[in-house]
Amino acid sequence: MTRPLAPTKDHPLVRWTLTAVALGFIGLFLVLPLVVVFHDALGDGLTAALAAIREPDAIAAIQLTLTAAAIAVPLNAIFGIAASWAIAKFDFAGKGFLVTLIDLPFSVSPVVSGLIYVLVFGLQGWLGPWLAEHDVKIIFALPGIVLATVFVTFPFVARELIPLMTDQGRDEEEAAVSLGASGWATFRRVTLPNIKWGLLYGVLLCNARAMGEFGAVSVVSGHIRGLTDTMPLHIEALYNDYQYSAAFAVASLLALLALVTLVLKSLLEWHFAEEISAAHHH
Amino acid sequence: MASLAATVPSQRKWRNPSALPGFGLSFGFTLFYLTAIVLIPLAALVIRPLEIGWSGFAEILTDARVLHSLELSFGGALVAALINSVFGLIVAWVLVRYRFPGKRIVDAVVDLPFALPTAVAGIALSALYAPRGWLGAPLMEYGIRIAYTPFGVIVALTFIGLPFVVRTLQPVMLELGKDSEEAAATLGASRFQTLRRVVFPALTPALLTGTAMAFARAVGEYGSVIFIAGNLPGISEIAPLLIIIKLNENNYAAAAAIGVIMLAASFVLLLGLNLLQTWTASRR
Repeated sequence: MTRPLAPTKDHPLVRWTLTAVALGFIGLFLVLPLVVVFHDALGDGLTAALAAIREPDAIAAIQLTLTAAAIAVPLNAIFGIAASWAIAKFDFAGKGFLVTLIDLPFSVSPVVSGLIYVLVFGLQGWLGPWLAEHDVKIIFALPGIVLATVFVTFPFVARELIPLMTDQGRDEEEAAVSLGASGWATFRRVTLPNIKWGLLYGVLLCNARAMGEFGAVSVVSGHIRGLTDTMPLHIEALYNDYQYSAAFAVASLLALLALVTLVLKSLLEWHFAEEISAAHHH
Repeated sequence: MASLAATVPSQRKWRNPSALPGFGLSFGFTLFYLTAIVLIPLAALVIRPLEIGWSGFAEILTDARVLHSLELSFGGALVAALINSVFGLIVAWVLVRYRFPGKRIVDAVVDLPFALPTAVAGIALSALYAPRGWLGAPLMEYGIRIAYTPFGVIVALTFIGLPFVVRTLQPVMLELGKDSEEAAATLGASRFQTLRRVVFPALTPALLTGTAMAFARAVGEYGSVIFIAGNLPGISEIAPLLIIIKLNENNYAAAAAIGVIMLAASFVLLLGLNLLQTWTASRR
């Protein structure tokens, strides 16, 4: 006699079908595009791919992307720590509204994120005439690219740390302070060790987005090759010039960054699930 | 004593007293940074259309090309979100309930659209679905064109939206456990009845939330779309691209007008999502 199925188990046929559909969908929609990037990068051979990455405009783009991320990510990390300290360790009115405002940049279109800075700092913007008079360039220059990057990655660290620090409460900090520790010492020796993995997790995601941002940066960059083109913009320029293999060669660098980010992110989730935000327990 | 004071709610004060230092500094910096980076620039966008007045604003937005681009961005995002709600539900269910080799890797791969820069996704999808691409060529034999049509837009928006649905559903499915299903089965419900009347209703708020998040992200998406879309005005041109075109024509007013509409949509969606999440929390 066959054993009846457990009431909470799906029929094997259902199980196999759903698994096949899920894996098929992921393979077709997520994995295949990634494979194409590496395959087409080698379209003209490995030597050509390496040459495309070492070419001066590509190097300039890589340097610009690294510079923008090196400024934007620490700024947003400091902001994330400050915001989560204020929100998680104190009670004040309007907290929910403040958290919504911090999350706001996530729901704004990347292009709109760039547009707002053009409307402030561009030639027809609020401060445009004054900036032109004093010979300060923000739009079509590094400051604009950094600002757009800061905006699109604004909530990453804060939204990791706020729930984590709220969960952890204030008892440990209050104990440290009542034993005579200064505020700074309390933060460095009590809070920071508690949030370090969550902070790293937020910084990791923030960095991936900062280096890969395209729409917002596209609006403020001005697309001057070798000067204001970041890596994603350089990829676009190559692609529109029909230099497909070169475009995919540079793209494969960003795809590698994405893969490394995913691996590190998964490792953090597997090993420190309790020490990063409660939202990531798988 | 200090911690006791901190937990006593105060009726009159805006902020409860606390034993911890650093509120002024951290709160002050938070407000300053938020205002400088987010609020003032957004205000610059919201105020801009006021300069041209209602009639000028309406004139820009009723232009056929602008209207079509908005229709495509919102319509395409809706279709993509619906596709993701179906497949995201299946993917989440398979990842939470079934065991198979390589499951952890598949789970990690779901986040690929979050990690892969949109321009990279854009050229990859374009290469895949182009008439001579790996998927484009076989589809062409059946007379289906994806690249350079509105379908291409939907494909790109589906790519970027999937993780929102899966990641919103997974924790709810895990928390759901099997108790209620066992109870339903004990009471004589068939497996199908249990799924339809017990499991699905419990997942509905999270499914709606994830779908709304995928929609919100897709409406404003730019990088992954423009390469595969072909950007034919009136056919496959999305609203964010039209903003950039208007900016390049030095038509700030039109760029701002379209931008304000997109921003308003973001606000409405954010508000709706907050309500949804409150509802989800109350259902747990």
